[in-house]
Amino acid sequence: MSGGRIKQILLITDGCSNQGEDPSAIAAFAKEKGITVNVIGVLDQGSSRDHGLQEVENIAASGGGVSQLVYANQLSQTVQMVTKQAMTQTLHGVVHNELSQILGEQQEVDDLPPDKRGEIIEVVDELGETVHLEVLILVDTSASMKPKLPMVQEALTDLSISLNSRTGDNQFALFLFPGKRKETEKVLDWTPEMNSLTGIFHKLTAGGVTPTGPALKAALHHFEKHSSKRGLMYDGEDEPPFEESGF
Amino acid sequence: MMEKTNLHSKNQAFNLPAGTKWTGKWNKNPYKIIKKLGNGATGTVYLVETRSGQRAVKIGENKLSLTSEVNVLKAFSKVRGNVLGPSLLDVDDLVWKGEVYPFFCMEYLEGETLLEFSRKRGTEWVPVFMVQLLGDLDRLHQEGWVFGDLKPDNLIITGPPSRVRWFDVGGTTKQGRAIKEYTEFYDRGYWGLGDRKAEPSYDLFAAAMIFIETAYPRRFEKTSGTAGDRSLDLLKRYIVNSAPLLPYKKVLLQALKGQYPNAQIMKKDLMQTIEHHTSRQKSETPSSPNRSKAAARPIQKKKKPKEKPSYRTEIILTASFLFLSSVLYFMGQWM
Repeated sequence: MSGGRIKQILLITDGCSNQGEDPSAIAAFAKEKGITVNVIGVLDQGSSRDHGLQEVENIAASGGGVSQLVYANQLSQTVQMVTKQAMTQTLHGVVHNELSQILGEQQEVDDLPPDKRGEIIEVVDELGETVHLEVLILVDTSASMKPKLPMVQEALTDLSISLNSRTGDNQFALFLFPGKRKETEKVLDWTPEMNSLTGIFHKLTAGGVTPTGPALKAALHHFEKHSSKRGLMYDGEDEPPFEESGF
Repeated sequence: MMEKTNLHSKNQAFNLPAGTKWTGKWNKNPYKIIKKLGNGATGTVYLVETRSGQRAVKIGENKLSLTSEVNVLKAFSKVRGNVLGPSLLDVDDLVWKGEVYPFFCMEYLEGETLLEFSRKRGTEWVPVFMVQLLGDLDRLHQEGWVFGDLKPDNLIITGPPSRVRWFDVGGTTKQGRAIKEYTEFYDRGYWGLGDRKAEPSYDLFAAAMIFIETAYPRRFEKTSGTAGDRSLDLLKRYIVNSAPLLPYKKVLLQALKGQYPNAQIMKKDLMQTIEHHTSRQKSETPSSPNRSKAAARPIQKKKKPKEKPSYRTEIILTASFLFLSSVLYFMGQWM
């Protein structure tokens, strides 16, 4: 969290990356920049849970986020839960740091008696309700994901309902990969609501490659652009080629 | 059995056998497990033996969510009479094989769940339980809370005398905030019929869904993409196609549409409908007292649906008369 904001990347994918950089390395870098990376691995109906989706866990672990494997029909419930849980985790970390500064290095929240713990959770709850949240969603649209996209769309609308029921502000952005002509395609720039998703997934021609690493990189870059735009010093510096509007 | 995926289940599948004993880390109270009662979203509930008798204990895997549940129970215990939830008796940590798990001890509510009860004893109890539930919800709402994860699994029938009580207050949220925990079927957001802001109408939607569910042997599903008016039509069909639900159609639809600003008004409407319904059933044969009774009551808006049955009987009588006479006529012709 920086400046009272929580920044998250939410990656929704169903398989391993097969093009470009190692996504875990990019996720680790994102974590260093204060951006949490959460990953949802979408399983095929009937497939077992350990079907080569180790990468999902690895990316989230490097990105300091939460990972979860689910079947497509459980996406709605999971997407909002993972996002909220990661948010709480981040806030817990922040409060924890503040506390160690007050109480000394050794003290942990769990070492406190239950009464005091309750008060701390109150603070975390309050922050979770009011903090400004930025979520950049990265959706894998490679061929195998195609039948699951309607459910992804529903889950994202549901996420918007959940987060917009909070008091705090939200900003969402949506990127798809692989894009039509390049690795990543921006389909929705920062917006407070995601109810305009209808049709976005229909125009797609699903490709065969899964450039997860480059997609994460593009997401990181978009965050950077966003924060520099917010700053007073923004002077329209050169944007790297893959950053240009994806339309 | 729920859609709820527990994000922590893989970390610590907590399964303590009967007979396990421990002493709380901070308060030093001794506990002994009698049996496991169930798994919640945030922890495992056991029936335990304590110094003061049988109690329920919830052991958490996730420190965060158990603590907020404790906070809610604590807030409840400050409410006069403590009627809102099971009373909270102890909050402590359990040290087990070097790991620390938070737990709390509460009153043990014994009974069947709402669905078990209604499927065994018939649906005529359900409206009564709904009235009780709405009364409790009203009190909860007046204290500034919303229950959130209201569902039959969280409702237990204690007694006799039979009384609906709720437990697992983990989803209870301060009004105005975003609902902490929910189960899709009872969540208006899932049906595309509202947001997830903690306000009284959120609970009333869930209450209506519970009412509807009791009339069906299994929970039905929403097809992907159904939202708003289309889900309302679907739910309306489920209400109209069920004899025990039909009399409550108006109340249920109003709750589903979020048109009740508080539980008190819904409770009043529900009670009026119950009275109508039962008085009509009693006075089906002599028709005059039924009418005078209805006229005597001060505010009666729902007269219309009452006329229907008498219409129907008239039609049936005429039809059977015509049928009989034609049969007799043909018999006469034939002989």
